[in-house]
Amino acid sequence: MQPQQDAMHVIRIFARYMGQYFKTRFAYRTDFLSDLFSNLVSEMMNLVFILVVFQHVPFMNGWSRDEIIFIYGFFLVPYALYSMFFDFWDFNERYIIRGEMDRILTRPIHNLAQIVLESLSPDRIFGVITGLLIMGYAAVRLDLEIAWYDPLVFLVLAVSATLIYGGVYTAVAAISFFSDSKTGISPMIYNIQQYGRYPVDVYNHVIRFVLTYILPFAFVGVYPAAYFLRKETWYTYAALTPVMGVIFFSLGVLIWNWGVKKYRGAGS
Amino acid sequence: MAKLYLELIRMRFLSMLAYRVNYYSGVVIYGINIGAYYFLWGAIYGENGELGGLTVAQMTAYVAIAWMSRAFYFNNIDREIAEDVREGKVAIEMIRPYNYLAVKTVQAFGEGIFRLLFFAAPGIFLISLLIPFRFPATLNNWGLYLCSLVLAFLINTQINLLTGLLTFFLFRNDGIIWAKRVIVDLFSGLVLPISFFPGWAQTAMGFLPFQAINYYPSLIFTGAISSGRSWELIGLQVIWVLILLVPITLLWKRARNRLVVQGG
Repeated sequence: MQPQQDAMHVIRIFARYMGQYFKTRFAYRTDFLSDLFSNLVSEMMNLVFILVVFQHVPFMNGWSRDEIIFIYGFFLVPYALYSMFFDFWDFNERYIIRGEMDRILTRPIHNLAQIVLESLSPDRIFGVITGLLIMGYAAVRLDLEIAWYDPLVFLVLAVSATLIYGGVYTAVAAISFFSDSKTGISPMIYNIQQYGRYPVDVYNHVIRFVLTYILPFAFVGVYPAAYFLRKETWYTYAALTPVMGVIFFSLGVLIWNWGVKKYRGAGS
Repeated sequence: MAKLYLELIRMRFLSMLAYRVNYYSGVVIYGINIGAYYFLWGAIYGENGELGGLTVAQMTAYVAIAWMSRAFYFNNIDREIAEDVREGKVAIEMIRPYNYLAVKTVQAFGEGIFRLLFFAAPGIFLISLLIPFRFPATLNNWGLYLCSLVLAFLINTQINLLTGLLTFFLFRNDGIIWAKRVIVDLFSGLVLPISFFPGWAQTAMGFLPFQAINYYPSLIFTGAISSGRSWELIGLQVIWVLILLVPITLLWKRARNRLVVQGG
């Protein structure tokens, strides 16, 4: 097949899967609504933490309340986008332990694409909206100047940050190809990810190094958000976000492909 | 009957010992969380000597003990119940000669004891070497704390039972389970002592059972309150345990009548 046709092919399959997805979701409407509601609740809880803390102090290491809220709002956008496409949380159980991976390998499109299709959750778009609203609120309060090209910059930064998440979690999921037992590593990464919501200069330099170069979650929150907050000290890091996105996503896919080659099948 | 439940506690304890990877990753996760809040609170306090009635040293001690208490009371039985319902295993469980909910509770207890002995106890000892930390001064205070901790476990487990039972009515409730976990973490005082919340919020939370899960035992541990007040808090916890029994009994009764096993 021509590469162009190939891409069209994947897009068409993508649309089909979306259709199916909405059919299954609307079959269980209460479940659909309760999922939306619970996502919103979890997103609000972190906001409550920020609001309550800043009732007691005006600044946190030089960052104001609204700046922290802005960073959190920004963080929510790539976080929601990532969980829309790369929700590999139960990959080990769903595909390796149950032997479903063997089925995936017989499918005509790339195995990672197939798995992304099967775990799509378009309803996470509401997470993007929540993030945008929170950012908007903070931006108005901070009276941020918005240049005409800023929406474009935002798009690039948000997509890059999503690629970082996608890459890291693809690599984490790929670990299942090498060890067929549960590793407990994704909850671990998930918890580390929580650090990315706050300015990294709060932490000591070891944690800062890890969040910048090893598990670059700072590029999902504070670094790109710092550009819009006009914190010039962090501009270099903000500009590095797309580079990190490409590097980490490529790394994730490389590790994945290597894992698939090693995969021997574990199911019954 | 008591012997059966003791055996169940022992078995869960042993199976926790067997799944060592979970144990190690659990240690790391608690380390990550305590570390995160340690730095966050450091930054929040900055130059401030005292916030919400706590000094920065008291706050770090509070964070540490709150997470260690969580190690004991935390469990995933809501998720286990949801899985049992979805896979149809619950039908078998229901015809067995024991109370399904009691079984889940004692299993959670076995898990809690495991984490208390192998995780929270050495953890808190390690932390006490790293940060300024004060243990309860008297044996009496230790007793009060442990009493309160067991009640905290009961209340949290009851809330998990309730969340788990919802599966009978909703079929899939992963979302609610997750939201409940976040709500409990915030409103129990794990990430923020209740005294930090504005007055109206504190009043509202007085009508909810969540602070009995973490805030009360943590307060008792820090010795910030008199033993008379400690007894009061323990009394409140007992009341919550009794109150929560009502919706559980009602839901369980209804759940048994309308069990739909999906392809079980």
